[in-house]
Amino acid sequence: MNRKDFLTLKSPQKKEGNTKFAAPSKVTRRTATGIAEYTGTWSKWEVKHLLSRTLFGYTHADIAKYTAKSMADTVDELLNISSTEPAPPTNDYVSTMQDPECAENDVWVNTNNSVNFNFQRRNSLRNWWMRLMVNDTTIREKMTLFWHNHFATESENIGDARTVYTLLKTLRTHCLGNVKALTKAVTLEPGMLKYLNGYLNNKVAPDENYGRELQELFTVGKGSGSNYTEDDVKASARVLTGWRINNGVNPPVSYFHLNWHETADKQFSSFYGNTKITGKNSPTAGMEELDDMLAMIFAQNEVAKHICRRIYTFFVYYTIDSNTETNVIEPLAAMLKANNYNIKSVMDTLLKSEHFYDMANRGCIIKQPVDYFFALAKHAYLNIPVGTEANTVKYTHQKYLVEIAAYSGQTLLDPPSVAGWQAYYQAPSFHELWITSNTMPVRVAVVGQFITSGYSRGGHTMKMNVFSLAEKFSNPSNPNTLVKESLEYFLSMPPSATLLASTKTFLLPGNLPDSTWTTVWNTYKSNPGDTTNTKTCSDLLTYMFYSILNLAEYQLQ
Amino acid sequence: MKRRKFLQASTLIPVGLSGFGFKNLSAAPLLSSLGLSAATNDNILVLIQLGGGNDGLNTVIPLDQYSNLSKARSNVLIPDANVLRLTGKTATGLHPAMTEMRAMYDNGLVNIVQNTGYPNPDFSHFRSTDIWHSGSNSNQVWLTGWIGRYLNEEFPGYPTGYPTTDMPDPLALGIGSFTTVTQGPTINMGIGVSDPSTVYNLINGNTETPPNTYHGKELSYIRLINEQTNVYTTAIKAANDKGKNLSTKYSSSNNLAEQLKIVARLIHGGLKTKVYVVSLGGFDTHSLQVDTSNHSLGDHANLLSTLSNAIGAFQDDLNLLGIKDKVAGMTYSEFGRRIMSNLSGGTDHGAAAPLFVFGTGVQAGIIGANPTIPDLVMVDDNLPMQFDMRQVYVSVIKDWFGLSGSKLDNAMGGIQANTLPIFKANNSSIQDFSDMFSRISLMEPSPNPVQSTTTIKWQTDGGLISIKLYDPLGQLVKEVFTGNVPSGISSQAISMEGLRAGNYFVQLSQGNKIATKVLVKI
Repeated sequence: MNRKDFLTLKSPQKKEGNTKFAAPSKVTRRTATGIAEYTGTWSKWEVKHLLSRTLFGYTHADIAKYTAKSMADTVDELLNISSTEPAPPTNDYVSTMQDPECAENDVWVNTNNSVNFNFQRRNSLRNWWMRLMVNDTTIREKMTLFWHNHFATESENIGDARTVYTLLKTLRTHCLGNVKALTKAVTLEPGMLKYLNGYLNNKVAPDENYGRELQELFTVGKGSGSNYTEDDVKASARVLTGWRINNGVNPPVSYFHLNWHETADKQFSSFYGNTKITGKNSPTAGMEELDDMLAMIFAQNEVAKHICRRIYTFFVYYTIDSNTETNVIEPLAAMLKANNYNIKSVMDTLLKSEHFYDMANRGCIIKQPVDYFFALAKHAYLNIPVGTEANTVKYTHQKYLVEIAAYSGQTLLDPPSVAGWQAYYQAPSFHELWITSNTMPVRVAVVGQFITSGYSRGGHTMKMNVFSLAEKFSNPSNPNTLVKESLEYFLSMPPSATLLASTKTFLLPGNLPDSTWTTVWNTYKSNPGDTTNTKTCSDLLTYMFYSILNLAEYQLQ
Repeated sequence: MKRRKFLQASTLIPVGLSGFGFKNLSAAPLLSSLGLSAATNDNILVLIQLGGGNDGLNTVIPLDQYSNLSKARSNVLIPDANVLRLTGKTATGLHPAMTEMRAMYDNGLVNIVQNTGYPNPDFSHFRSTDIWHSGSNSNQVWLTGWIGRYLNEEFPGYPTGYPTTDMPDPLALGIGSFTTVTQGPTINMGIGVSDPSTVYNLINGNTETPPNTYHGKELSYIRLINEQTNVYTTAIKAANDKGKNLSTKYSSSNNLAEQLKIVARLIHGGLKTKVYVVSLGGFDTHSLQVDTSNHSLGDHANLLSTLSNAIGAFQDDLNLLGIKDKVAGMTYSEFGRRIMSNLSGGTDHGAAAPLFVFGTGVQAGIIGANPTIPDLVMVDDNLPMQFDMRQVYVSVIKDWFGLSGSKLDNAMGGIQANTLPIFKANNSSIQDFSDMFSRISLMEPSPNPVQSTTTIKWQTDGGLISIKLYDPLGQLVKEVFTGNVPSGISSQAISMEGLRAGNYFVQLSQGNKIATKVLVKI
């Protein structure tokens, strides 16, 4: 679907009323675009579309930078992730009590376990990840979040923050790499062994928890072509017997204990070609059998299809109709398998495809809470304390950003279950589950807070500066360009004349002439000490920006 | 997302955001009926979801199966002496943590439906939850929930045209969140609210007709939620202001009790909401479900104590508030757990399990028989279902909510199921079901264990019977016999050729009556 088709899609105007609900509109148009390279317009709209799906928000500078490049170069830059690990989180959680295992500002991820400080350390880790997300200029953190949702674990259950960190690090290290290698690494992460009871799995009475989720959620999935059996679950549990966690090193690592391992052969079903994994009886038996089993699993086409459907739901949209399955999922899955499960090739193709830039797929993702709040911080240049402020100030403010996402249904490091957040698997509502009568008020209220009073703790106020935000636009003294550029900056779709007009009334209430705003702005610029005028200018900008950030349209990207 | 966080979320929202110069969408009561029908009766259902798969064998404990149970799950077994006895029952008791529900049972307020599930069970949390919520067969994917379909029959066309004079309130309300059980054909019929004392005023700054695209679909969805939030939080706050709680049994450290406390207050305050959805998670007890030193304590005991104390406080409150006769509660979980425990002191995913229905409207007692535990339990073995959860659903919709005819059929998605005597409104007596083994008997198959062919014998009063063979996973292997038999003893050969070794279940059924034997294939 091209832009012209899209603009003519409006259905007949229906009468609006405040007092009665109407059912959400149904979508009858489908698109047949596929993975051929996109050759259409490359404007700020396409740039914003790409950046909002791959980063956590964008700035004016980002839009300018990438509009000047080509689509292919932009995608290449976004996929060119750093091979350097980010510096690990440090003890920024000091309060009246001191962590006995780690001094302030020291790295805590490889100290002794600090049982009374794991809660603070997990918060420290969430803050650290939030900072990485907000500052990332490549797809790395978005991919890491994708895998965190895919190989979901709950840090409250894992407990030991060092182990939560190593698991997250593994996801990041492999985020654009080989899915099979990632699956193996995750399988052996102490955090995953703890979360799904793998560390208790032994030959006497195997625990099926991990073997089941490995197949159902992580690899072959439960799509119509996936026919693994309950016996396969049991056989995989036997393959996985014997792995334990060594808590005697910092950070803890997994190891294999032959005494707990089932050394008999493991027979799999016809879905896996009646593969028999030969039981081994050596110190490397666990690793060898795991390799054999992953080779058997990843030989199934369903693995690639399952991963590609998950990618699509996260990065494009949740409805996968027959056109999309045929034109997008199947070719991407074939490519993933042909490239030995290298996910970067899939992301490269998808993000350069005509399907990705299809007007039918624009502005249809309901922002997940971390996208909504972290992108808000980035869009609006929120003054998150990350510099020379005291640790208590930085920790508290950063934690607030993480917490408002949690209050809106997305607690980083603690998805609700091993299946991840429901928005990415629960039919029929999917992404719509982010928006409820519980969470919508939080989204709206926090925007209101950041644009009015701000969040104040420890002498710092985290607040939008409406003046400096206005300065980002081409000519803030012109109410028409200011309103238009503001709407175009914050929203994913071009604003209508009606929306332009209604937004302008916040800057110029009561049909005041354009010159009134120009005078107010120019007076603010020439004489900011005129407190009455400056307050008027601030109020009008606040009304205008708040009206935009309050639109249902701003929930979408 | 932790429910605790949801419940705290409202404390975060800054006050004083109103008065910002926006047009104030009136959230005053919105009247004018479109002539849509009101609900058939005033009855209310409270659904309590036990997330993760509750271990039924350690919840409703079959005392007559103890010797076999102690062989299969000694490391999680509750000591016989600690099991709470139920008045009038010698062979069935409750987990020691469930003192409140035992007292409710003895006071005639609890109906226990044994061995409930669905044919060909799925062992995935997520798929099985979907099946329980939708009420489909396990090989079908339905995108509506059984409660959502029921509400669509009572309130057709929702949300278009709502709220109405007759139904100014949410059709279904989740305390914290809501699930697919309330998913209707157009939209989820439920909304989730954490703080019933707050009214929100969310603005739709742009009401232009959205385009016919996914963007437009999501836009109109978000705007609808904004409107629903404004209307329904106003209605909920009004009920919350008017209602109260009188029971002193609620514990603020009991998360489920906190949810049910809100429910009781809103019902007392006159909210017309038909279905409330609350939940308690953590039942996925793969490991360490009991304290190794005292099996009556531990994680699972804490969960059941939370459940039992919360229901006890809620029922006490309903009684004190004078609203007990219009409220029924029902528990469910996506599956039970495996008969055999694993070495990590827990149990893996299983199949059928008991569920509880409570309130003054239920027929007190136990429907169905204790499960039959094989002598030598294999790791594969699961409890075969005796009752289909759709029998529970049809009982709720017909006998509690009063729906019949095509509306009942539509709510059930066309699946035919016979009611169970769960509610007093049901024509059958619970005695017919409790007594059902005296008029039908299945004798020990011979030979058993069997290599190739065995013969079963049964005794009935004659008439239409059915005999089915289930494998250890609860999958139907074959229909052995269906037809009319004469009164007295009959027999039938069953070929076990080609079946793999393990514990199978032969089930004889005639109307409400059912009998099961374990058949061991070697």
